[in-house]
Amino acid sequence: MPLDSTLQGKRDFKVVGTRPLRPDGIDKVTGRAKFGADATAPGMLVGRILRSPHAHARIKKIDTSKAEKLPGVKAIVTREDLPDHTDGDALLYDVLYNIMAREKALYEGHAVAAVAAVDTRTAREALKLIKVDYEVLPHVTDVDEAMKPGAPILHSTIFTDGLEPKPKKPSNVVRRYEFGHGDVEAGFKKADIIVERTFKTEATHQGYIEPHACLANVGPDGQGELWVCTQGHFMVRDTCARLLGMDISKLRVTASEIGGGFGGKTTVFIEPVALALSRKANRPVKVVMSREEVFKASGPTASTSIDVKIGVTKDGRITAADATLRYQGGAFAGSPVEFGAMSAFACYDLENARTIGYDVVTNRPKQAAYRAPGAPMAAFAVESVIEELARKVGMEPIDFRMKNAAREGTRSSYGPTYGPIGLLATLEKAKQHPHFKAPLSPNQGRGMACGFWFNFGGQTCVSLNVNSDGTVALSVGTPDIGGSRASMCLMAAEELGIPYDKVRAIVADTSALGYNDVTDGSRTTFATGMATILAARDAIKKLTARAAQIWGISAEAVTWEKGYAKPAGSNAGNFPPMSIAEIAAQAGATGGPIAGHHEYSADGAGVSFATHICDAEVDPETGATKIVRYTVLQDAGKAVHPSYVEGQFQGGAVQGIGWALNEEYIYGKDGRLQNAGFLDYRIPVCSDLPMIDTVILEIPNPGHPYGVRGVGETSIVPPLAAIANAVSAAAGVRLTSLPMSPPRILAALDRKAAAE
Amino acid sequence: MKEATGLLAREKGRAFVLAGGTDLLVRLRTGFIEPDLIVDIKRITATRSIDVRSNGFRIGAAVTGAELNEHAKLTKAWPGVVEAANLIGSKQVQGRCTMTGNLCNASPAADSVPALMAAAAKVVIVGPKGKRTIPVEQVPVAPGKTSLKKGEIIESILLPKRPPRSGDAYLRFIPRTEMDIAVVGAAVSVTLDAKGMCTDARVALGAVAPTVVLVPEAAKALIGTKMDKAALDALAAACSAACRPIDDKRGTSEFRIKVAGVLARRAAQIARKRAGGK
Amino acid sequence: MSAIHVTTKINGDVVDYVCEADETLLDVLRNRLGLTGAKEGCSTGDCGACSVTIDGRLTCSCLVLGAEADGREIGTIEGMAKGDELHPLQRKFLEHAALQCGICTPGILVAAKSLLEHNPKPTETEVRFGLAGNLCRCTGYDKIVRAVMDAAQEMRRA
Repeated sequence: MPLDSTLQGKRDFKVVGTRPLRPDGIDKVTGRAKFGADATAPGMLVGRILRSPHAHARIKKIDTSKAEKLPGVKAIVTREDLPDHTDGDALLYDVLYNIMAREKALYEGHAVAAVAAVDTRTAREALKLIKVDYEVLPHVTDVDEAMKPGAPILHSTIFTDGLEPKPKKPSNVVRRYEFGHGDVEAGFKKADIIVERTFKTEATHQGYIEPHACLANVGPDGQGELWVCTQGHFMVRDTCARLLGMDISKLRVTASEIGGGFGGKTTVFIEPVALALSRKANRPVKVVMSREEVFKASGPTASTSIDVKIGVTKDGRITAADATLRYQGGAFAGSPVEFGAMSAFACYDLENARTIGYDVVTNRPKQAAYRAPGAPMAAFAVESVIEELARKVGMEPIDFRMKNAAREGTRSSYGPTYGPIGLLATLEKAKQHPHFKAPLSPNQGRGMACGFWFNFGGQTCVSLNVNSDGTVALSVGTPDIGGSRASMCLMAAEELGIPYDKVRAIVADTSALGYNDVTDGSRTTFATGMATILAARDAIKKLTARAAQIWGISAEAVTWEKGYAKPAGSNAGNFPPMSIAEIAAQAGATGGPIAGHHEYSADGAGVSFATHICDAEVDPETGATKIVRYTVLQDAGKAVHPSYVEGQFQGGAVQGIGWALNEEYIYGKDGRLQNAGFLDYRIPVCSDLPMIDTVILEIPNPGHPYGVRGVGETSIVPPLAAIANAVSAAAGVRLTSLPMSPPRILAALDRKAAAE
Repeated sequence: MKEATGLLAREKGRAFVLAGGTDLLVRLRTGFIEPDLIVDIKRITATRSIDVRSNGFRIGAAVTGAELNEHAKLTKAWPGVVEAANLIGSKQVQGRCTMTGNLCNASPAADSVPALMAAAAKVVIVGPKGKRTIPVEQVPVAPGKTSLKKGEIIESILLPKRPPRSGDAYLRFIPRTEMDIAVVGAAVSVTLDAKGMCTDARVALGAVAPTVVLVPEAAKALIGTKMDKAALDALAAACSAACRPIDDKRGTSEFRIKVAGVLARRAAQIARKRAGGK
Repeated sequence: MSAIHVTTKINGDVVDYVCEADETLLDVLRNRLGLTGAKEGCSTGDCGACSVTIDGRLTCSCLVLGAEADGREIGTIEGMAKGDELHPLQRKFLEHAALQCGICTPGILVAAKSLLEHNPKPTETEVRFGLAGNLCRCTGYDKIVRAVMDAAQEMRRA
């Protein structure tokens, strides 16, 4: 990637780093913005999905005959209507199986059939008339139980990968991963103190407020359109087309405004079903999940069981670090244990490190990505042990972390050697922060933790059109989930040297651009941003060439400065600078429309680190916990729109607070989810929280022209541990299970009292 | 009102009364109930007002939580009842929810019900056979079940007149600060004499048994004391002893038993302070 | 149950509609009247995304039957700006970047407006409890609280 890294660091930014209003703002504060469920179409039908009431059952027969006869029912779809077009692609087959159960229902809420009818009431009645003959099978929802010999087996096709020799009997363990370097056994021999603990975390949900929704319209000619709230409409198009046996060119997907995703909208659930219903009914079909369906049948994250063992010398140097991570990711392969195992020790400079991960299937919905997938749980376990070790060697935990922190040149525990990174900078800044020294009241405790995330680049395609008045229309293919259109406009304006409000960014549909990866991996501001910059440079090249043509000089003799083409020097000629608007006005006469493009697979996403400080207060009589103060310090590389960077820091921290204290998937003995609603799946409410202080550090990423690093995910990595450390300090007893709900805290306090 | 009870009595299918609707609509929407008849009582005059009478307050069945909160005299006389009613749901729910609905839901975790029981509230029931008045504690009989007969509607709730030096309080435990269902609720109402001696007390607990329960032993622990530490300890112990809770998604049995005592003690201290005790 | 004819006022305009007896006001607004600013996040009154006012009182439109709106005055997000002039809360939400995805924003604005009508000078704690019925998953509420406090201050000066 040829990058103009000379621009970094010293660059005097004109608009990048300012905080203009977002272009989609008015629509969002007036109720005009169109989200997934806000679309309608003439003749639209209502689609509803019948779901398994059982955690694990063989589907012997599905009888739809009665439902078909109900007046107003226009189409019914079952597994028979979704034949296997996956052509040996095991991952895609899992998607197919997940969107519509095949021989077995693998979790409560697994789709079994779907109906399209003239109205909601008819659709609901029709679902009741579908008779499904189930043979109920034993189920398992806990990760440790699922790994035991004799556990109910979900798939007879899973023989653990990564074991030598490969097992001959099927199990629920999909794969074993191992990362690390050095010799951990030798390292532990050098240690003066070793702490070894086991941790458990419950599954949580991304909790986006907008349920999945789509509007499908397929005609008998095989052409289709789909309106959908998703983090990646190109992914939706390709996946749906393949599942339904359509040509990709025949399906056009438009991304609606998206009401939150956090990784949970990076796959398909209802979309192929809606398309299949529409195809069968030859009518538009809208499918909107209820909140209960979102909890039971979308993609929460993994629950985990983690062992961590770390050894240190008396003077506080880590000699070895070892972890075994077991993540269940629901009914299909693909829990985020690989990322958990890779990131567990990523904050430390280690001579000897090893992480082993097990990807486990259980009778729960198939997990989807959730903000830094797999990393928060691993950080919870590791940073809890780090805090305990620091206390044992008699060091301040922050000094202990600084002594062992990864820095430029450190060989990371997952392989690569770090370039310039910001971990130490966040720790130093934390130490100077007023929060760090603020006094604590009775029953309060302070905790801190560090976190790491890889960040991602990915396939990206951007188009930048210069309009006849010199304004700019920018088309990107990554849905705007938290203000990214504003950031794109800022970067285009910066590069072109024109005001921010002269650029308008839109999220184009799949027919307008080449393939774009999903908005995930904190990639959009980095990768789409870089593509925007490079598309702007492409446009500048064309603009200067047009100016050269008008002036009758060579293109090399023209430069671009602050929105104007200028002769490069006095010997190039003496022409007054020509503005982008002047050049654009003459485009028709000088060769036609002027546009810049960039298509690439973005590389060089800089890793990102954060340090969080948390004060918690615990009521010793009830176990109630209140977060009284919280500070996030994170490296953003370069904050393009600082308000939205702060917003990412704050949002991630608060999702972490929910995960740490109250959020959890609660299963009954029957394998059914007991809290599939916002009443008992308790995400933080406004009155639960303090202000979330933020400190943005800018250690430029050498892989981006402006130094940008992804910021969206890292902020959820430290909170679980930071809060656990704060609560443990406040309660005087170490909490090793999440969530730290009041009954758990009170029970721990009682155990402590009994021991004393 | 007569028309409403008539409609309910005549309906052969599933009939429901709609006041605030904050529970009914949830059940309707989730398909938990499929009514053949819904009777909205909000436009019946008798259900809409709070009347101050010589013997206390009469609160119409459709009076919302927000309206209770805005009634200065009621809030002054029965702060515990009003604060309990104001804990039902969010501001959005407060604009709709009613204490009568909370009571008729017969949830053991209903927030206003312990406070009403501690307040010795009564309800006026109108039915096909006329009016009757019964104590609040006789309304819920099991989770989701009341003693109301077909065609009967609660028209109003009666709160007695307060003797001087009286105070009440309601506290609940929830994991968040808002929007949760009580894991434990405790209501205490006391009357003191001029020397600060407790002469009358009523204590009720929520979410620790199949229905909200009155705990006479806990009240006894307070009566005849200055509500000192020993009395409060005895109150807490009596409350914990009265719990017959279950383990569920909202809390463990062990947790509920312990926290019931803690909350009752804290509520008693607030009630005493409101009664003018030092 | 049969369909019911309703005459009501929405954002000051008289509106007539026919709805099913068990149909919620939220469904009426969204599906019959094209007012999709109120969002359905849960349909159980737990998220506040469907917040509207009825006769000036804040409520979740998912917890109200369409039939109940007869003779009432309904206020929705669509009626918050006056012509091309945004309400101060709307402006402050943009200035403070108090929204990320924006799905909760209409409900939060309606709730915040109601809060400030009842309490023009709220403390941070009062704002936090006043908005506790509105879930936001993106922002952590920090910038929302700041925007509401700032709007309140500006409205007091006006």
